[in-house]
Amino acid sequence: MSRFLSRRTISVWLLGAVCALGMAGAVRAAEESADAFIKRVSSDILDSIKADKSIQNGDVNKIGVLVDQRVMPNVNFLRMTASAVGPTWRQSSPEQQKRLQEEFKVLLVRTYSGALGQVSDQSILIKPLRAAADDKEVLVRTEVRGKGDPIQLDYRVEKSADGASWKVYNMNVMGVWLVENYRSQFAQEINAKGVDGLIASLADRNKINARAAK
Amino acid sequence: MMRGFSKHGCMSAALVVLVMLSTACASGPNTNPKDPWEPMNRSVSKFNDTLDDNILKPAAIGYRDYTPQPVQTGVSNFFRNLSDVFSTANNGLQLKGRETAESLMRVVVNTVLGIYGIFDVATEIGLHRHPEDFGQTLGYWGVPDGPYVVLPVFGPSTVRDTSVLPLEFATDFVGNHDVVVERNLAQVTRIVDKRASLLQASDLLSGAAIDKYSFTRDAYLQYRRNQVYDGNPPDDDALPDPSAEPATPSAK
Repeated sequence: MSRFLSRRTISVWLLGAVCALGMAGAVRAAEESADAFIKRVSSDILDSIKADKSIQNGDVNKIGVLVDQRVMPNVNFLRMTASAVGPTWRQSSPEQQKRLQEEFKVLLVRTYSGALGQVSDQSILIKPLRAAADDKEVLVRTEVRGKGDPIQLDYRVEKSADGASWKVYNMNVMGVWLVENYRSQFAQEINAKGVDGLIASLADRNKINARAAK
Repeated sequence: MMRGFSKHGCMSAALVVLVMLSTACASGPNTNPKDPWEPMNRSVSKFNDTLDDNILKPAAIGYRDYTPQPVQTGVSNFFRNLSDVFSTANNGLQLKGRETAESLMRVVVNTVLGIYGIFDVATEIGLHRHPEDFGQTLGYWGVPDGPYVVLPVFGPSTVRDTSVLPLEFATDFVGNHDVVVERNLAQVTRIVDKRASLLQASDLLSGAAIDKYSFTRDAYLQYRRNQVYDGNPPDDDALPDPSAEPATPSAK
């Protein structure tokens, strides 16, 4: 087992989560290409982490602000959650859907915030894009360069309904897609205990994580 | 060399048979197609976790906290240089010309200028690693990965990756080193170094997962597939998006 769990990789997961989850809310003109969008957002986030020592030291409140202001506006978190939940999503009540998104977000943010201290001299290299100009969904492939081996970090992005902006709806680090990786765990919980059971499990996990952080 | 091969070979063969035997009792209605031996795998994971909590992890934490950083880096580099030798061979077996040449150059540069690999000079001068192993070579030539297997002590694997273990043992520099004291010391150091590099990751894993077992399994299988395709797996289509369906009122 291996490199996908190594110390540096974790920092990239973290980085990716942060990048995926947000950029500054500045919405650019419609002509921005998907790879330019990723480039802009990643650089913004990297810069704000580098500029803020308390984020690097794992200040949970500061990280929360960073995620809400810079990451979430650039992510279709509804889609991320729904596709991780799978077909059951459509049978869930709006209240259940809301709770699922809330708990899933807390889980991701809390999990990755600890790794922010690892961000130091990294830069993002965007690989050539293979997409037609009018594609609504695009795979953007990037590499995180820093000390040591480059680390693969890819994003799936979609054009918003009005065509004015891009949003990230899945990402992978070294080939491991985030949404896919939650899928069978979620299915397991739903099969055993239903949607409310899954919500309860997520909430429990978050409570344990919050206690461990103190 | 031969002796090492047959001993480890028998061990692995016995292991595979053991795993096969468990098939019969393992299938249930919710079985993951990639993981027909889940009950067995879960027990082995539990065993591995116990071993890890009591021995490996404490040792790795001690090593991380009480060994000077330059020493830790040197140790990691040394073992990475050894594995670059196998990357060279496996890049060759996959007929990847440039990667083979670069991996070979890395070994030469790091062994000579980097003093037996203690310093990673090659990365400094822009020669990057192209890690390949025997399991990936089989995958490259079309051998499917087969069911997921959790090996005692070694952790996540697949039938394909397990099948090359005897070959890996037989060709392992550390395991075949003649001086017993040095060999044992090197084995232990290699394991502790590896575990230390995974400390933060394993903490993250326990925090991120609802079910650590299936989280690890799914990540491992995706990760290996990606490695076999060198970061560019085919037909990697996006999942359907249930939230995008026209809002048909669901059956209440």
